[in-house]
Amino acid sequence: MNTLLHGRLTGLLALGAVIAVLPAFLPNNFYLDIAILAGFNAVVCVGLNLLIGYAGQISLGHAGFFGIGAYASGVLVGVYGWPPILALLTGAVVVGLLAFLVAKPILRLKGHYLAMATLGIGIIVSIVLRTESGLTGGPDGMMVEPFKIFGFELYGEKVWYWVVGVLLVGVVWLSLNLIDSPMGRALRAVHGSEVAAEVVGVDTARFKVLVFVVSAVFASVAGSLFAHYTGLITPAKADFFKSIELVTMVVFGGMASTFGAVVGAVVLTLLPQALTVFQDYQQIVLGGILMATMVFMPKGLLPTLAALLPARRRA
Amino acid sequence: MKMLATTDLSPDTTSQARRVGPPILKVEHLSREFGGVLAIGDLSFTVAAGDIHSIIGPNGAGKTTLFNLVTGVYKPSGGRVLFDGADVSGMAPYRLAARGMSRTFQNLQIFFNMTALENVMVGRHLHLNTRLLPALFRFPSLVRKDREAKDRAAQLMTEVGLEKYIDADAAAMPYGALKRLEIARALASEPKLLLLDEPAAGLNATESREIDEVIKTVAATGVTIILVEHDMKMVMGISHRITALNQGRMLAEGTPQEVAANADVIAAYLGAAP
Repeated sequence: MNTLLHGRLTGLLALGAVIAVLPAFLPNNFYLDIAILAGFNAVVCVGLNLLIGYAGQISLGHAGFFGIGAYASGVLVGVYGWPPILALLTGAVVVGLLAFLVAKPILRLKGHYLAMATLGIGIIVSIVLRTESGLTGGPDGMMVEPFKIFGFELYGEKVWYWVVGVLLVGVVWLSLNLIDSPMGRALRAVHGSEVAAEVVGVDTARFKVLVFVVSAVFASVAGSLFAHYTGLITPAKADFFKSIELVTMVVFGGMASTFGAVVGAVVLTLLPQALTVFQDYQQIVLGGILMATMVFMPKGLLPTLAALLPARRRA
Repeated sequence: MKMLATTDLSPDTTSQARRVGPPILKVEHLSREFGGVLAIGDLSFTVAAGDIHSIIGPNGAGKTTLFNLVTGVYKPSGGRVLFDGADVSGMAPYRLAARGMSRTFQNLQIFFNMTALENVMVGRHLHLNTRLLPALFRFPSLVRKDREAKDRAAQLMTEVGLEKYIDADAAAMPYGALKRLEIARALASEPKLLLLDEPAAGLNATESREIDEVIKTVAATGVTIILVEHDMKMVMGISHRITALNQGRMLAEGTPQEVAANADVIAAYLGAAP
């Protein structure tokens, strides 16, 4: 317990420290904006990693949940005048219910049915967002009101940077807590051997559904805040390629490593910015990274690096 | 150890000297077919509480299928399984675990993505708070019980002779140690009935004898054990009763002496003149 506790606190402090000092090295709002986008992606990836990395289930539709959260905030606040926090929570509840309804029948089955079903959800969400243009603005997207709470308005990169920073630290903290708990061990056991988990009393279907719902809700919350931050959302944020991008971030950063998911999200958010020449080939580069990771570094970036360090048992 | 001298060769000492416990498991007319092939056919037998009850039979006799039927991994095509008086036929394994039944596997089913200790801690699942919110926010009560579970898991690992692997990753452990790890994990759930599927398979003579001791120690704590094992020396040495199967059907049942002397059993193992 001591080493684990130690590891958890060290990691959290390191993450907090990086987030705290980073703005000093970012010369202007352009860089701050990239950091914020990386932060949003990291929040989604930490949740997605609970599902993929720890429980061993694949979702190819998480951008759909992100999109529902984003549009829930956009539509409920913009069209119906709801308070943003209420819209965010409503989006999260809707996504949670949707995830539950989809996962409940499917996760009783073994194999890659969840991947196929989530692929379907992602595509349906993206089609609905494109076609229901009365509410969503269609393919061109919609403007989103700023986030106001208790009379304060969250505005500008400097403010949002701290909002996302705190959110990310919070989400990482929750994730680390979960993993080192009886439920977290049950999730990892599901990944390791479903039948062995069952014979010591783990209701594997229940935990698979639960982790799927949790990871979908993380994505929804990130989507809601993202919508308020950028002020403009488009269906592209909810489409299949975005889902694949999220999976790639998790796999590249390191499956079953919470900090790996953060690193993966940050690196793959920065990469397209650094390699603007690849703009037109982004999907190809992403696919290449996914394949190269699986072949050369199946554990992902952070666990692979950690294994190189001697005498550190647990990363 | 308060075990009985089951190796004593004088006939029937075991069945007469021991008080036979009430039935903990009853299998009634159980059958299971796979695509028309009968793996288990009309099989009935009873396991008394507190016994070490072995299931023997040549390869393909249906021993592992029987285990899978009893533990809910497979659903029976016909017949019933009664555990502690309740009909549990086809009940999901995790529900059976909650009723006090656990097992190990012939082909190892280890959580290789975890440490050895965590493997055993998963075995404590039923005794811990496995809800989401307490886990997310690390409620103090959850942390305290988790620490106790960790101590208990370490203790169990020591009891099965795995003390030097407590901090090891499961993936880094040798085969023989993993066999014991499965037993420790199953014990962590505090079962009333423990089914061991070939615990000595692939072990050398010394390791096999050590497993033998582990099983006796577990049985001495009052856990009923059903054992599938090919190591006849072990089976004859520790069993109170033996059920012999052949081609999915009951061949013989009785004390080790009775079964060892049974002509049908000898024929099934050695091949008989028709």
